Amino acid sequence: MIRILLQRLLELIPTALVIVAASFALVRLAPGSPFSSEKEIPPEVRQKLEAKYGFDKPLPEQFIRYLGNLLRGDLGLSTKYPQRTVNEIIANGFPVTLSLAAIALLWSLLVGITAGIIGAIRQNTVWDHVAMTAALVGISVPSFVLGPLLVLTVSLRLHLLPPAGWGDWQHVVLPGLTLGTIYAASIARLTRGGMLEVVRSDFIRTARAKGLSESLIVWRHMLRGGLLPVVSYLGPAVASMLTGSVVVEKIFNVPGIGPYFVDAAFNRDYFLVMGIVLLYAFFLLLMNLIVDVVYGFLDPRVDVS
Amino acid sequence: MKNNLRQTLIRNETDESGLITGTSLWEDAWKRLRKNNMALASGVILLCLGVICLLGPVILGVFLGYDAHTQNLAYGPQPPSLQHPFGTDFYGRDLLTRVLIGAQVSLSVGFLAAMVAAFIGTIYGAVSSYSGGLIDSLMMRIVDILYALPYMFLVIILVTILGKSLLLLFLALGAVGWLLTARVVRGQVMSLKEQDFVLAARSLGSTSRGIIFRHLIPNTLGPVIVTFTLTVPSMILQEAFLSFLGLGVQPPQPSLGSLINDGANQMLVFWWTLVFPGSIMAIMLFALNFLGDGIRDALDPRMKT
Repeated sequence: MIRILLQRLLELIPTALVIVAASFALVRLAPGSPFSSEKEIPPEVRQKLEAKYGFDKPLPEQFIRYLGNLLRGDLGLSTKYPQRTVNEIIANGFPVTLSLAAIALLWSLLVGITAGIIGAIRQNTVWDHVAMTAALVGISVPSFVLGPLLVLTVSLRLHLLPPAGWGDWQHVVLPGLTLGTIYAASIARLTRGGMLEVVRSDFIRTARAKGLSESLIVWRHMLRGGLLPVVSYLGPAVASMLTGSVVVEKIFNVPGIGPYFVDAAFNRDYFLVMGIVLLYAFFLLLMNLIVDVVYGFLDPRVDVS
Repeated sequence: MKNNLRQTLIRNETDESGLITGTSLWEDAWKRLRKNNMALASGVILLCLGVICLLGPVILGVFLGYDAHTQNLAYGPQPPSLQHPFGTDFYGRDLLTRVLIGAQVSLSVGFLAAMVAAFIGTIYGAVSSYSGGLIDSLMMRIVDILYALPYMFLVIILVTILGKSLLLLFLALGAVGWLLTARVVRGQVMSLKEQDFVLAARSLGSTSRGIIFRHLIPNTLGPVIVTFTLTVPSMILQEAFLSFLGLGVQPPQPSLGSLINDGANQMLVFWWTLVFPGSIMAIMLFALNFLGDGIRDALDPRMKT
């Protein structure tokens, strides 16, 4: 098991290298420069600035240097916020984004799996129809519609929760709900589909025949089948939760990493853009690896290596 | 599945003329789709929405003199009334007209971006699979790597590089959104290219290009259409996501995303500026998702959950 894991980790290295190179090329070959958007800078100041960040060197040399710094965990300096390193900005913002995504994930798993189970064990009843219609509505209401609507009703009319900010547990509820709902809906559909797939299979019949209680059959045997598609969905879902939190952070004024990224992309803040893209890419690779391993654990037929 | 096939055969054999008449894939799919009331209703809703979006602004303009751009600051924001069913926005513009034009923009960006994605993905997947060997694994490795990059961030970078125009917006969305189609088409072509009709074509002297475009791609049309219909709502969502962040369609041109953004900023006082564009967006996505599900079930019954 550990050997396989190590092997998979080793395989990630070339992928990670290509990702670094590709995003470096994409960011650096774009027209414009970090200093072009500001007001006219005297050429000598500009030269000094470029020297400070190493932009005066040829691109390949810059790339090698960036790679070297990256290996040491140094993501470079921000050009937009000259007083701060990219590491600092990420260390400030990313934990917030991450906890927001974690709460959204928890909420979506809880609601999604429950609704999916109800839909599957009460197939074609009113319960099923209500759960699945709710799921389809959930998929169709984007976060930037749901978020403001929740603020309007829950915060501003009913005064139950704060409309914006960060710090208390109360600040977490609405953003988490907003971010997680669309995934809850997908998870509900996947759980239901997965469970219905196994419901007529032989091992369920065997379980019934040997007299297992219905609840044990549902929890131990059917749910396992139902969770397989959910697990493989989790990798991309967490990734899009992390990027999707840009909008939620804007709506609820949450001090995450999202707003920095949009800003940085506009201001050609090379190192900040690279840093955030690489951070997310790294996270995505890791998520997919975990998903693969968990998948093999849930379904012994899958060969993880 | 086998049972269905037998029934079809029996029914075909006992046709009144005594001749065996086959049902084509498309007839069969259409038959299944017709039985799906919700999907049909969604199709009708979408058709109506499309017609209203196209004709509505023209009619409103001719009979009532409304247009989407002329500001009337003295008039200002008015709540919904008989004159303005959706009210007016902050600048005194008729909101119904703006929502309809915005929906037009969203629908066309969604369809065009999905078309770009389907175009790139189909050709890429077919070429990769037909070439096989080293080229295939290289091309698919690129897809894997692109999968590992944070999708939305890539679009944001592309938008800031390419500039904010409508044409470039759907190019950017399509340029990043073709990965799924490429994988689906590759899977299809993998099995198709081993079949006898390809061998026959090759022995008659067809070039590789001829085989790919004349024989292989047309046979992948079913799955491509299925992915296309499910890509359209996600493209619409992404366009709105970008416009909500101020990166997509630029004012004074309305799009549903930017209208929702305006509405979210003033919802406390002028609730209608959020509620109407938000509901139209939700209805549109709901119908598109439902129709997409229906088309998937109709074209590919094995994928049905």
